[in-house]
Amino acid sequence: MTTFSDPYASSRETTEGTVFSVTGGDWDSLVTEIGATKEERVVVNMGPQHPSTHGVLRLVLELEGETVTELRCGVGYLHTGIEKNAEYRSWTQGVTFVTRMDYLAPLFNETAYCLGVEKLLGITNDVPERASVIRVMMMEFNRISSHMVALGTGALELGALSPMIFCFREREKVLDVFELIAGLRMNLAYVRPGGVAQDLPAGALPKLRETVKELRRDFKDNDKLLIGNTIWMKRTEGIGYLDLAGCTTLGITGPVLRSTGMPWDLRKLQPYSGYENYNFDVVTADTCDVYGRFLIRMNELEQSLRIIEQCIDKLEKLEGAPVMVADKKIAWPAQLALGGDGLGNSLDHIREIMGTSMESLIHHFKLVTEGFRVPAGQVYSAVESPRGEMGVHLVSDGGTKPYRVHFREPSFNNLQATAAMCEGSLIADIIGAVASIDPVMGGVDR
Amino acid sequence: MSDHGMFGAKGSGDTSGYGGLVRSAASTGSSERPYGGYFDDVADDLERAYPDFADAIERVVVDRGELTLHVKREKLVEVAKILRDKLLFEMCLGVSGVHYPADVNRELHAVYPLLSMTHNRRVRIEVSIPDSDPHLPSLVEVWAGNNWNERETFDMFGIIFDGHPGLTRILMPDDWRGHPQRKDYPLGGIPVEYKGATVPPPNERRSYR
Repeated sequence: MTTFSDPYASSRETTEGTVFSVTGGDWDSLVTEIGATKEERVVVNMGPQHPSTHGVLRLVLELEGETVTELRCGVGYLHTGIEKNAEYRSWTQGVTFVTRMDYLAPLFNETAYCLGVEKLLGITNDVPERASVIRVMMMEFNRISSHMVALGTGALELGALSPMIFCFREREKVLDVFELIAGLRMNLAYVRPGGVAQDLPAGALPKLRETVKELRRDFKDNDKLLIGNTIWMKRTEGIGYLDLAGCTTLGITGPVLRSTGMPWDLRKLQPYSGYENYNFDVVTADTCDVYGRFLIRMNELEQSLRIIEQCIDKLEKLEGAPVMVADKKIAWPAQLALGGDGLGNSLDHIREIMGTSMESLIHHFKLVTEGFRVPAGQVYSAVESPRGEMGVHLVSDGGTKPYRVHFREPSFNNLQATAAMCEGSLIADIIGAVASIDPVMGGVDR
Repeated sequence: MSDHGMFGAKGSGDTSGYGGLVRSAASTGSSERPYGGYFDDVADDLERAYPDFADAIERVVVDRGELTLHVKREKLVEVAKILRDKLLFEMCLGVSGVHYPADVNRELHAVYPLLSMTHNRRVRIEVSIPDSDPHLPSLVEVWAGNNWNERETFDMFGIIFDGHPGLTRILMPDDWRGHPQRKDYPLGGIPVEYKGATVPPPNERRSYR
């Protein structure tokens, strides 16, 4: 075989066969050379790259022509050691870490973690109702923003550019809501053990109602673009097939599981944070394919809006109620205020601890530097995140820091289904299948 | 629980009373019947379906509304198969390793949360193994979805899952040394300068344990 001097498509011999390195530009020399090998089976390395906003994923494909015969995933490129790091910080500081795992669903990470800490502390029933309602509302807003990325980038990956523009427009509105309430747009660290970091700002509820109205109106644009669209249907119907048996054995949850017709939603079946008090439907499909998962996400948006509206009604009635447990030994830092430059210490609180009460200062100092103690034991708590069951396994040794924090990330488990969905299909359909799993690599690799 | 060094700070200049305090996670004893809720049903069903129950289950712990079955390593696969086939725990939600260096000859624990979608129940299996012989039978043949989770636990804790189809590192690089989430593996980090003062890395900071 001749050696090529093509800078974009060089080749070298290995024990496994000829390896071609393609870096873009001119593919002609590659085509000529592969044509000369007379072998149908090619191993292609896809990635590690950033497929839209999913994070860095690497797929190793074995191809026969255009058909995928074997697929393997390579993950770990975004590993940040969050679980290990959390063992060296107080229980409250842990929130700031876990919110950064699945960066498209920060509030679910936080809530799962805080529900676990509260279970360990035995204060699950002491969390004020207003705090739970705010948590539910924030989670449902977050579900919308996460689904918007899933739908927008999923469509983008299949070549439909317009839905992405619309989806990000809607997501922006949700992020504005986060900014209004928590001061931050992503990685909020808003949910804290015992409640939430701070109450809603004055005049937030009318603004939220307005946002819900706008979202409901604007979601229609996406419906019109994609539902029933011939090209979209051809790219998604019957693609990425995974039935119920496959889902259970692979531990798949979330929209992928619900696309098999199984109405499995922890919000309904194992309610937490008072989800049993809301009216909403569990959306399912029975097609087991990419189109079914897409429809589920589209329809879950409306269900989330329904829950948010009920939350706003409840919050109106609960005006002025506490948003943090009454136990001052745990409730930190409930004295934050939203300033012009973001979330910071409340000036009233600073005035109190620095000027009037030495006991308050001591208490504040102890709580901030030392944190609170959590009785020894282990718990598992789970919430229904946009991607499935987000579980957290917490172990305490009775100290002020977690002994072990482990996250059962839905993206991590669901990504295992890629091979089952794609082997035997065309290479172009991998993209749709991976997009329908909606993995967020920050969550996969933690 | 072993507490020592409660008073008299050494080295750190910490006079809060907590300097050098060492705690180890307490292993709670087993619970007595009735366990409450569906836990009795699960235990009864398992006893009926599995004649070796008394031999295989070391203890049953009910804590904070959760049921934990401590299973002997030799019986893990048998118990898992019974739980899946007879008690309909169709889903295994992964495996979480925990390292208890103070728990001599049972240093490494593997914790499997199980979910029964048919009965809407949860149960947890826990297996403890010595650090000197960190082998566990793989559950991939029972729940295929445990594949990556077992690789992760191997990666982070060095637990070797015998019978796993391809036990390699998954999150850390292939040539990494050590298992990062074990307690004897240092966190590491570098000191950071902030406004003229130096903040030490988190594992070297004055800490309240």
